[in-house]
Amino acid sequence: MRYIPNIPDDRRAMLAEIGLDSVDRLFDDIPQAVKDRFRPTGLAPRSEMEVSQILHELALLNRREVESVSFLGGGLYDHYIPSVVSHVASRSEFYTAYTPYQPEISQGTLTAMFEFQTLVCELFGMDVANASLYDGATAVAEAALMAVRVAGTKRIAVARSVFGHFRRVLRTYSWAAGIEVIEVPFAASGRLDRSAIPTGIAGLVTQSPNALGVIEDLDGLKAQLGDALLVVAAHPLSLAVLASPGEFGADVVVGEGQPLGLPASFGGPLLGLFATRDRYLRQMPGRIAGRTVDADGREGYTMAVATREQHIRRERATSNICTNSALCALTATVYLAALGSEGLRELALLNLGKAHYLAEKLAALPGHALAFDGPFFNEFVLRVPSDPRRIRTRLQDEGFLVEDPEPLVELGLVRALRLAVTEKRSKEELDLFVRILGGLR
Amino acid sequence: MKTIFDHVRTNPTGGLFGPQDVPHVDAERLIPATLRRTSPPRIPNLSEPELVRHYTRLAKMNYGVDDGFYPLGSCTMKYNPKITEDMARLPGFAALHPLADETLVQGALRLLHEMERHLAQIAGLAAVTLQPVAGAHGELTGMFLVKRHFQEQGEPGRTRILLPDSAHGTNPASAALAGFSVTELPSGEDGLVSLEALDAALDETVAAIMLTVPNTLGLFERRILEVTQRVHSAGALCYFDGANLNSFLGRARPGDMGADLFHFNLHKTFSTPHGGGGPGAGPVAVTERLAQFLPVPRIAHDGTAYHLDWNAPRSIGSVHSFCGNFLVILKAYAYLLQLGDQGLARVSEQAVLNANYLQERLKRTYRLPYDRLCKHEFVLSGAGVAEGVSTLDIAKRLIDYGFHPPTIYFPLIVKEALMIEPTESETKETLDAFTQAMEAIAREAKGDPALLHDAPQCAPVRRLDQTHAARHPVLRYPFQEQTP
Amino acid sequence: MAYPTRFRYTKEHEWVDVEGKRARVGITEHAQGELGDVVFVELPSVGKVAKKGESLATVESVKAVSEVYAPMSGKVVETNASLDGSPETINKDPHNSGWLVVLELSDPSEIKHLLDAAAYERLLAEG
Repeated sequence: MRYIPNIPDDRRAMLAEIGLDSVDRLFDDIPQAVKDRFRPTGLAPRSEMEVSQILHELALLNRREVESVSFLGGGLYDHYIPSVVSHVASRSEFYTAYTPYQPEISQGTLTAMFEFQTLVCELFGMDVANASLYDGATAVAEAALMAVRVAGTKRIAVARSVFGHFRRVLRTYSWAAGIEVIEVPFAASGRLDRSAIPTGIAGLVTQSPNALGVIEDLDGLKAQLGDALLVVAAHPLSLAVLASPGEFGADVVVGEGQPLGLPASFGGPLLGLFATRDRYLRQMPGRIAGRTVDADGREGYTMAVATREQHIRRERATSNICTNSALCALTATVYLAALGSEGLRELALLNLGKAHYLAEKLAALPGHALAFDGPFFNEFVLRVPSDPRRIRTRLQDEGFLVEDPEPLVELGLVRALRLAVTEKRSKEELDLFVRILGGLR
Repeated sequence: MKTIFDHVRTNPTGGLFGPQDVPHVDAERLIPATLRRTSPPRIPNLSEPELVRHYTRLAKMNYGVDDGFYPLGSCTMKYNPKITEDMARLPGFAALHPLADETLVQGALRLLHEMERHLAQIAGLAAVTLQPVAGAHGELTGMFLVKRHFQEQGEPGRTRILLPDSAHGTNPASAALAGFSVTELPSGEDGLVSLEALDAALDETVAAIMLTVPNTLGLFERRILEVTQRVHSAGALCYFDGANLNSFLGRARPGDMGADLFHFNLHKTFSTPHGGGGPGAGPVAVTERLAQFLPVPRIAHDGTAYHLDWNAPRSIGSVHSFCGNFLVILKAYAYLLQLGDQGLARVSEQAVLNANYLQERLKRTYRLPYDRLCKHEFVLSGAGVAEGVSTLDIAKRLIDYGFHPPTIYFPLIVKEALMIEPTESETKETLDAFTQAMEAIAREAKGDPALLHDAPQCAPVRRLDQTHAARHPVLRYPFQEQTP
Repeated sequence: MAYPTRFRYTKEHEWVDVEGKRARVGITEHAQGELGDVVFVELPSVGKVAKKGESLATVESVKAVSEVYAPMSGKVVETNASLDGSPETINKDPHNSGWLVVLELSDPSEIKHLLDAAAYERLLAEG
């Protein structure tokens, strides 16, 4: 067994030292009745080569997905990942390390965490960020739980225009905690219907750009909410060109960080982003790195404000989170550092430009129109003249991937498709897509 | 300690994206002024060479499993096989989008489906969800399942979770997040669950017991069948925290011990890398009657193809955006395929042999509160080594000897605890070297304690001031505020 | 050390300095020693009403959080704002400038349930 570096001579010596005559004695403390019930999995051991072959075959079954041109979105986007990102994140000192419980030999991890927290604050316009949560959906759920802790009322409002998968996880977490969730509809503009926001809530969760691709105008929303917390789910890349939710007075900003250098990964691992104001620091879930000094007065980093966390507060912790998405946060940090503010803006403009180029051309097709007038970033909803499920299948046959229209139907958009466009979509691909879609009958 | 923000000069960047083949746009034209960002985020613009040097320097200040012995108790810092890293990078996996049509991702769905089956067999239980992405997330999911179960049974009065005082902090935190209250059971003299304490605590308000088996002292619950039987008799459920599965992999199953729910830590037992604190995977296995409550979507096979099944009216809903940490699960799958049944049994055999050997050698120098057969880990106490010397000092001095310290100050029921888990990835040579270092440190503690108090001296930084960090939190880079 | 005889003490290591209907509350020298370096103090709002034994405040060190329980029932009328910037005052001067809150007592007779300095010192000696 390649990964178990022990030889029979050593095993014998060790057993002798312990004073046992066979390895079976090591398991005398497991009740015989339990050992008797044991059944193996039936798996035979395999060589590395065989396993590689098996995995390659499984990967091949997914080939069409990879070779198709993707317009899939919903929080996860097909972005170009610079090579330097995976090279840095693959260093074994980063990925084979554990949580930095011994900070003196974890300055790599901790410095990167500190950088990550700073970057999230910069993008979101907030005071303090944690070192990551599992994904955007659980970040939304944790924000709602935090709002309830702060405000004391067990009622949360969430915009219907928040991603369906965010709302699903929020509902599960809220049900368990006895929190009532009220959905707030969107107006004809595709934006949150502010007149429908209920009173007596701990907080409101809204998203911008939202699940319809529409950019929300957050101006005045915090004032309307008063003491209730404003939680905004944001798209990190869009914030290179959009004003941050922090500028509009958000109390908590969360998001899905996958666009920042992570492959789509069939949905995981992802990267939960979470930032808030200084005054809520002690209510914030998750790990945080803080700056300090060592015995020689030199600057260094360590885990800070840990008294909020489970290993100290136990059942009164702000969350139960222990393992988070650290390596993904490191990846995002290197990605953002590789781009810089200039590269990030350039990338955002490319996305903006290509999405609008496509949207304009599609809207010009007979029977097609943009579902909403308002400004959008790199995702939009297109009204189509016939059954969107059939259109999806036809597009797929031609090598284009679009999302299942069902979630849009649920939101009241019956003949529509949501499309996301990134910098990876060439003009040729976009023009071809328009031609194919226009040619469908 | 330089961060990227300390690089003041702006260097030529660009050259990553393009070509600009569609007409260039002005954000001004497409986004109204009130919604537009006016000042850029303060992300430094570094050239690639500078960037690489910065992160290479940071990496060299880190210590990972690939660097050396890493005996963190209950973390199972075993070797991370490189083949699994390569497999996770195959575009046919990494580039997959979860919203793609199911017919195009059959390879991914099949992998998930098979992994569920294998994990169910390893657990000795009926069904598995791969959605939870960490152990604590699995615990939380388990608590949701318990709650839903009793809701359906018409027993909403079951609001308490029992757990031993040796439990990991995530256990009570998860229970509380799910709306339960927590009752701690004092452990018996032998470090195990006391049946008297259990009987005293069991009543019709108890929903479940949360147990780690073996417990955080590294001791197997010899009376596990009695414990689970009594809990079941009281109408409650048994949740097992699988953090310590490495100790009986391939030779015993939680389902056979009376567990109704069990979570795996794939980033522990199944060798997926820890990543500095994640991403992990915490799949949960359950009995047949709890399967109906598992999160959606389930992975199903209809005889012809794999698909995502959303039709589960009693499901608790979802705990993750999609199907869990697919690429992490993939690595565990590749590891499992290599091991097979023989390999699984060899893992626990060597892990337990290594732990007992190390325990035998170290107990001559350090206090061992529970001096008997342990499983894959054991707990020493740093108390009594020398006056004025704490476990913290011992740990910091170990760094100077080139080892990552064990877990310290946990479990809470042992004063000045040192929790040591060698794993099966270590040679006798390494264990002997570690023993020698620990013995040397004990001698230093008595003869020249300043060496411990001043430790570490050979690390990239000296001992860091935790009080300073907590009293004056600086949690992001303090940019010089622009003067107006 | 000799604990101030003017104070009364609880088994949870709080001290009370009663003057008429008002009482100043803090944690003892022993408590601050056990906690280690105090890094943060969470004080109640003025006006909060607490019954004897209810949680009044929390004192945090780097690796532990300690609840401070109301030694007697009353309403919070003053809190020690200086602790916000200097939590270490509790370590340096726990019986004086490290005070936490002032209560307006609702039932001054509750004092009979508390320990005097000698009894508290005995409790610590038994420890």
